[in-house]
Formats: sequence, structure tokens, C-alpha cells
Amino acid sequence: MILKNTIAAAPPARFDDRRMETIMGRLLQAGVLLASVVVLLGGALYLKAHAGTPVNYRTFTGEAVNLRYPARLFSLLKTGDPEAIVQLGILLLIATPVARVVFAVIGFAIERDRLYVVISLIVLAVLTFSLFH
Amino acid sequence: MPLLLFTSLVFTGSLAAGLLGALTGLGGGVVLVPLLTLGFHVDIRYAIGASLVSVIATSSGSAAAYVREGFSSVRIGMFLEIATTIGAVFGAFLATRVPTHALATVFGVVLLYSAWLSWRQTRRPATPPHPRNPWSDRLRMSGSYPDGSGGRCNYTVDRIAGGFAAMFGAGTLSGLLGIGSGAVKVLAMDRVMRIPFKVSTTTSNFMIGVTAAASAGIYLQRGYIDPGLAFPVMLGVLAGSLLGARYLVRARVSLLRSIFTLVILALGVEMIINGWMGKS
Repeated sequence: MILKNTIAAAPPARFDDRRMETIMGRLLQAGVLLASVVVLLGGALYLKAHAGTPVNYRTFTGEAVNLRYPARLFSLLKTGDPEAIVQLGILLLIATPVARVVFAVIGFAIERDRLYVVISLIVLAVLTFSLFH
Repeated sequence: MPLLLFTSLVFTGSLAAGLLGALTGLGGGVVLVPLLTLGFHVDIRYAIGASLVSVIATSSGSAAAYVREGFSSVRIGMFLEIATTIGAVFGAFLATRVPTHALATVFGVVLLYSAWLSWRQTRRPATPPHPRNPWSDRLRMSGSYPDGSGGRCNYTVDRIAGGFAAMFGAGTLSGLLGIGSGAVKVLAMDRVMRIPFKVSTTTSNFMIGVTAAASAGIYLQRGYIDPGLAFPVMLGVLAGSLLGARYLVRARVSLLRSIFTLVILALGVEMIINGWMGKS
């Protein structure tokens, strides 16, 4: 009887959900911080290289193909291209919420909650599709 | 305009948008695209690309603060993210096919709707009591939140299918226009699924980042995300929203909200007129 009451008062699953969210919050914060530092660095170099160049965003031409795909971006990064550094920061930023979903899969697996492992995996599959289709 | 001046002005404008968005709770994304297209004559595709990046940054950057309050529900969020991410992928594909003047018109309509929601929010009734939906427990979405006096308030969710469909719509709008569409997400949880307002708003913040990440991959591959434009926008909105969250002055919010509502209304009308005349 006593045992039953303790379980009802503090179900372990609730506790784990709170912890999971706290870790997720920190994960997201760290990801944004890292991405911002990289973007700031790339942005500063970009400004330094092109400070006086006139700007034209009136007509859409699309980005250079090299800046659109991670694989090509990395070869551009080796040359220290400022735009590639900014784009790397943006990739890190996009990866941050994705990492949260990956962590949810792990968290729900620790809680032995199969339903939510599957739900998180579906979300992860959609994200993966959009990034690598 | 030389790059240095352009970047400084875009950064300042983004900072203001992020600050106002955080102070009023309406989000910075919704004024950012009109600011870039109407104010800086940026092509709407570059504008929504930069805006989407800033949406991911603000949502993720403020997540830790929201978690601390203890209202958000990771389960409700994750379940509904299935709908918002699929919607976001769909929206991003639509964005690459819809002509830009139509995009501008749709954006204007969304702005008008946001203004209306914001105006109405000051006189909202509490969530009505509703019968217990068995699926709320089956999908493990029932939960509790701190009631402010040491205890916890229990809640259940209702009309799950309707909420799921509304979330697909919210995701589509987010992917189509590069906004967080937090207002629609809150509406789906609070109005449709009858989830308590505080739980809805904090959970929605979590969902915004994941939703935006789903369309960001497609934007990136279509060349919508320009590093030169995205960097001042992202850093400006992020700094503005973090500042705004820190100095949230309760007393002035209602006046600020009224002003912001009028600004959104005006921008909405201008976007529609420009879209109609094929200018953007």
C-alpha cells in the first residue's frame, strides 16, 4: 500500500521528462551559441573583404552552388572563404534542433517509452529527408 | 548601397524586430520579411531564407529559459512536430513553385490575421472545461504544470485529430513564408486541443525551431539562404530577442502591443498592395 502511494506521488517517468527537457534546453542554448560565434567570425571576415562593394538583393539569382551543399561547402572552407564560414555557422544552427530530436529518441529509450521513441524517429526521418533528399 | 552600411542598417532593423517581437510575444519573424522587402528592396526569397534562420536561432536560444518555468510538455511537442515538420517540408516545396507576388500577398494576409489575433488576445476567455478524452492518456499527453502556489494543476488534451491538422497548417505557413508561425501553433493547442495557455505557448516555442529546421534544408539547397544577408539578420534578431526577454517590462507591454499591432496591420496592407500590383 505504502509502495503504491509513493509511485503515484512521484512517477519516475515525469521526473525523467523534466530532466530530459532541462538537458534539451541547455543543448539548444549551446548549439545557438556555437553557431553564433561561427557566423560572427565569418560575417566579420566577409565585411572586411567586401566593405565597399555595392549590395544588390533586388534580383534573385540563388546562392552559388558551392554554398548550397554541405559536401561542397567543406572544400570551400579549406580556403578560408568568409561566406563558407557563415554558411557553416548556419548549418550548425540548423543542426541544433535536429540534435534535440536525436536526444529525444535517446531519452525516451531510457524511459522505455516505445511509442515516443517511434514518434521521435518519425520526426527525425522527416528532418533527414528535408536535409538530404 | 555599400555593403558595410547595408549590413549595419539590416542589423539595426533586425535588432529592433527581435526586441519588439520578444516584448510583445508576437515573434520577430513576422515583421522581418516586410522590413527586408519593403524597406531594403530585398527579393522576398532571400528575405524568407534569412528570416527562417533567425527563427531557428530565437526559438533555440530562448528554450532553456522556457524549460525552467516548467510548463512545456516534451510529449505534446514531439507528437505534434510530426505534423509541423511534414507541413514545413510541403510549405518549402510550395514556396519554390509559387510566384513571388503571390507569396507577398499570402504574407500580407497572414500579417492582417496576426494583427487581428493580437488585438483579440487582450480579451481572451479561460480554457473551457472539457470531458476527458481517452486518447489523451493513450498517447501519454496528459500532464500537469505548477499552479504558482506550490501545487500542480492537471490537464488533458482534447480534439487531437483537429489539433494535428491545424499543426500541419502551421508548419506549411512556416515553410512557405519563413516565419515561426507561433501564433497558429498556440491557437491549435490552446483553442483546438484545449491545452492550458501557458503550456501551449512554452511548448510552441520548442516546436518552432524543429519546424523551421525542416524547411531550412530545402531553402538551403534552393539557394534562398544568402550568407551576406543571413548573418546580420540572424545575429540582430537573436540579440534583440534575448535583450527583450531580459528587460520585459510588464507595465508598458499593452501600449507596445497596440503599437506593434498597428505596425503589423500597416505592413500587411502594404504587402498585399505590392503583391497585387506585382511589385515584389
